Amino acid sequence: MKAKNSTNYPDRILEMYKTMTLIRAFEEIAEEAFDAGLVNGSIHQYIGEEAIGTAVCANLKRSDYILSNHRGHGHAIAKGADPEAMMKELLGREGGTSGGKGGSMHIADFSVGMLGANGVLADGLTMGVGAAQALVLREENAIVAVFVGDGTTNRGPFYEALNWAMIYKLPILFVCENNTYASSTATQTVTAGPGPVARAEAFGMPAFDVDGNDVCAVDEIAGTLIEKIRNGHGPHFLHARTYRIKGHISRDKMLYRPEGETEAHLVNEPLLKCKDWMIKNGIKQKEIDDISSMAYEQIKEALEAAKNAPFPDKTLTYTDVQDLGNPYLGGSS
Amino acid sequence: MTNNKMTHASAVREGLAEEMRRDPLVWALGEDLSTAHGGTSADQYRGLIDEFGEKRIVNTPISENTIMGAAVGAAVAGTRPVADLRMADFAMCAVDELVNQAAKIRYMFGGQARVPLVVRQAIGVRKGGAAQHSQSTEAWYIHTPGLVVVAPATAADAKGLMKSAIRADDPVVYMEHKDLWMAEGEVSEDPEELVEIGKASIMKSGSDLTLVSWSKMALLSLEAAKILEVDNISVEVINLRSLWPWDKDLVYKSVSKTGRLLVAQESVQVAGFGAEISADVTENLNDQLKTHVRRIGAPRTPVPYAETMENEYRVTTERIIEKVKELMS
Repeated sequence: MKAKNSTNYPDRILEMYKTMTLIRAFEEIAEEAFDAGLVNGSIHQYIGEEAIGTAVCANLKRSDYILSNHRGHGHAIAKGADPEAMMKELLGREGGTSGGKGGSMHIADFSVGMLGANGVLADGLTMGVGAAQALVLREENAIVAVFVGDGTTNRGPFYEALNWAMIYKLPILFVCENNTYASSTATQTVTAGPGPVARAEAFGMPAFDVDGNDVCAVDEIAGTLIEKIRNGHGPHFLHARTYRIKGHISRDKMLYRPEGETEAHLVNEPLLKCKDWMIKNGIKQKEIDDISSMAYEQIKEALEAAKNAPFPDKTLTYTDVQDLGNPYLGGSS
Repeated sequence: MTNNKMTHASAVREGLAEEMRRDPLVWALGEDLSTAHGGTSADQYRGLIDEFGEKRIVNTPISENTIMGAAVGAAVAGTRPVADLRMADFAMCAVDELVNQAAKIRYMFGGQARVPLVVRQAIGVRKGGAAQHSQSTEAWYIHTPGLVVVAPATAADAKGLMKSAIRADDPVVYMEHKDLWMAEGEVSEDPEELVEIGKASIMKSGSDLTLVSWSKMALLSLEAAKILEVDNISVEVINLRSLWPWDKDLVYKSVSKTGRLLVAQESVQVAGFGAEISADVTENLNDQLKTHVRRIGAPRTPVPYAETMENEYRVTTERIIEKVKELMS
């Protein structure tokens, strides 16, 4: 892993390691909760991809927006959403980020600029360019980052949105997290051409490739690109190579995956890589272990709090639909 | 304040311009908005680019997914976009962004965000428009929780509803009829003259039968009602204006008076909005009805091209008259 020539760089890496560990702990404990039958829907885990969301969001301000996809827990935590409120949302409890109306796929926290995980691929892109247009119209000095996966590069709106961002020179960073799988299909087997960077470059958009498991490398390139975007240089594209250690969803048995493939990738996973870097750069093992145990402790407490939170009252089914023509309580209208 | 005579297209343009002057966060996006055409060949945006500039009158590529998606993103990010999808037929390319996102965001994010946008999509049979330029899809959106749907019939409604739609905090599907763009009507100059969403209007009072319709069909219904006066049939014509929410109070009141209901719609009759109105009235006012509720609408075929078949497909004034007489006999 690369290191920046900065005296406080180890502190920054420690901070990012904290965030990555918190995401890892959240995803592992969420899976336990799922297995225990506590989660009403399914969960898409971000395990193995933590470095990307963490390092990109480490370069964003609270006033910047992010838009996420179905695998959004990590993006939300990295942008500053409260893991306890998120866990309550997964369990469909009062106090959840969406009050129990959305679940895992619709985690959002507008107070920290997290404009939502999403169940439909590529919609974050089209909404993201619109959010960027709103920032321009409101003359806000903020930017938008949109996270998409490799599978999304085969949807039409991906191209519409990239073209759109270029013609209006919008302040937006597209982050393509290439975890090699589109649901249970190896993306390469259904994708023509040299890949996402070339596709972005076809629009004249500056596009870069990075090892998405290397938090320092992602931090460095994301920092550079975000600064350019802030300074009015228009949209940029970042392709981060990674690997989805878990299945598409938590109950996915991964029958499509060759034997030994996951294990081979474990030596490259981002937390391990980051730990190696920290040890080599003089950070004590104990400090690293403490971060980890604190993160797991925090998420275990979040799960306990979620289990103890009441279920939302069923009458809330009828609220927040719309102002005009809102449904009558319990009625069909 | 005086009234001016103008086309629907101009009335809506004035309404939009007034709202854009009032609120700097109102803006419009769509194809051809800043070209000499000024919209879908009907002047809806003519000249607005000169007054408001290219950041607020955004001329877009032919990218329906993104026109709609960008409007949703910009709405949750604090602005009030008016997205123009030209025709309801093309708007189908953006149903995902409208139905999965615009209609759901407030709910699925637990009320953290509102989606104050207007999406314009033109409906109605336009001569020779055929299968992909003449559809009326209002029922699709009335069926979608989270959306408001309006369909004006007069120039004054067109302007007043556009202004109310822009000021609403809900996503509003604004369905204008292609044949009415160049139709003229009296329109108020008062920038505070709005048409309240959810309120229908009585175009003609009557005592024998209630005829409910919307968009261009309301004008045909009015024409039919006037002709039926000769036969001493007194028809009350209700122009719904707003389809979701719809003015049940006014319809109930009228049906309670007349005891008869006919719903006339231009769209395919099967599973159309007329079915909902008919079922609702039957469920709730059965004891007031003197006869069965009836509907008239298009057959369940694509819109044909040749004049003979197109005329066979259309709901006409004559057919409405025929149906009323059937109900009265």
